[in-house]
Amino acid sequence: MTTADPSLPAPVLTVRDLCKRYGDKRAVHDISFHVAPGEIVGLLGPNGAGKTTTINMVLGVLEPSAGRILIDGFDVSRQRRRALAATNFAAVYAPLPGNLTVEQNLRIFGLIYQVRSLQARIEALLEQFDLLAFRDTRCGLLSSGEQTRVCLAKALLNRPKLLLLDEPTASLDPATARDIREQIRRIANDDGGGILWTSHNMVEVEEVCDRVMIMSQGRVLLEGDPRTLAQEHRADSLEDLFVRLARDPANSAEQREAAR
Amino acid sequence: MNLHALYAIALRQFYLMRGSPTRVLPIFAWVAVDIVLWGFISRYLSGVSHGGPDFVATMLGAVLLWDFFSRVMQGVTTAFLEDVWSRNFLNLFASPLSVRSYLGGLVLTSVLASLVGLLVMLVLATGVFGLSFASYGLLLIPFMLVLFLFGIALGIFACAMVLRLGPASEWLVWPIPALLSPFAGVFYPLATLPPWMQAVGRALPPSYVFEGMRSVVAGDGVSSAALAAGLGLALLQIALACWLFSRVFKQAIRSGLLARYSAESVA
Repeated sequence: MTTADPSLPAPVLTVRDLCKRYGDKRAVHDISFHVAPGEIVGLLGPNGAGKTTTINMVLGVLEPSAGRILIDGFDVSRQRRRALAATNFAAVYAPLPGNLTVEQNLRIFGLIYQVRSLQARIEALLEQFDLLAFRDTRCGLLSSGEQTRVCLAKALLNRPKLLLLDEPTASLDPATARDIREQIRRIANDDGGGILWTSHNMVEVEEVCDRVMIMSQGRVLLEGDPRTLAQEHRADSLEDLFVRLARDPANSAEQREAAR
Repeated sequence: MNLHALYAIALRQFYLMRGSPTRVLPIFAWVAVDIVLWGFISRYLSGVSHGGPDFVATMLGAVLLWDFFSRVMQGVTTAFLEDVWSRNFLNLFASPLSVRSYLGGLVLTSVLASLVGLLVMLVLATGVFGLSFASYGLLLIPFMLVLFLFGIALGIFACAMVLRLGPASEWLVWPIPALLSPFAGVFYPLATLPPWMQAVGRALPPSYVFEGMRSVVAGDGVSSAALAAGLGLALLQIALACWLFSRVFKQAIRSGLLARYSAESVA
């Protein structure tokens, strides 16, 4: 896949020849990509395509079978603490402990990430994500939309250079999802952090992402601008292209090679 | 070791206890029940055996020290299980938190919780049943140190076991102290046991403490070499438990078990 352009700032995430095998099964097969500062990259693919496996490897909670991951120049396998100090994540399957309040959770993770001026940072994030009214509410009592906002607040505690978002709007109503998308777009623009975003919502991806990669069966099959990718591959929409690749990834990959 | 992270793990446990009386009660309720039960048994036995051994000092003292060890161990495992119950591993270990800092935080949590339990036990045993630690003198410090260190070692070992076998293996953790107590000679000399049980007992640091405790109460003094052996064993077992946890943790990262831990499966 792509390599970083030397004229651009150094990528916040560089993934090279990444593989993950479970016995004979290949969950992720030889993928390479990068995320530049301020860039939002969408990672798309059907269920079981390898998106979450890739994100888990970037987060250092899953060891790759081969390949290399650099976050802000630090190797995740060799400089784990420094690499993970520069990143953070939010995912629907990793809610914060429901038996602690919003503020308690933010304080504990703020300490773990060694956030400076922690109380001020917590206050700013509570305000940014409209959570001031819930600061003393246990996270388990919040609605899914409110929990997502708390997870995003936690994900921004350390002003990460790389933010990983695994379906952050999956459980949100359209209005809340739109607010969250605007917030995330602003984070990339204002803070300059790179964002790797997985989603099944193609409209959302077209609206937010600067670049998308479509994965299937552990491989990155296509990559490009979400607003022009469908047209380039003679599909009516990004969703049509996605469905085509999901149903017949091998044939689609061959067609792509032939087109080259 | 990152002190901020260590503090964060202990603070998390403090928040949980502050907001939940059901978490605070077990810190002292069961040890208090034990002290009351064994206090009356010791008092009764002392009454019927005029001129016999000092049952309050030997039996009640042994119960207190054994409960202290159990509390230390459970302090480590309970703090760990809070992360299992709240499915918090992904949030914790996708952060800069190191295994060393995490274990340090669990130990700090256990120290604070077990001190509360110890205080309640001491108040009950000395105030109600007249247990005096004067006969142990300064030896009480190494006795408790050995038990504390062994409690930490066993707690970390139990955490490694739950991490490896999955959340359902939690029920294996709770009976560990009861399983070890016959071998450790809490209430009787090791010589009472058959040779194979004695061999197991000699590998357990508490056996040196309880042998020493009985010897002191009998007025025979205690072998400093035996105490040093108990201390050395406990330190060695802490090192082994930390090594085991790190190994299980690395394996959980390699196999993907950590990332999908809440699935409650044995890898």
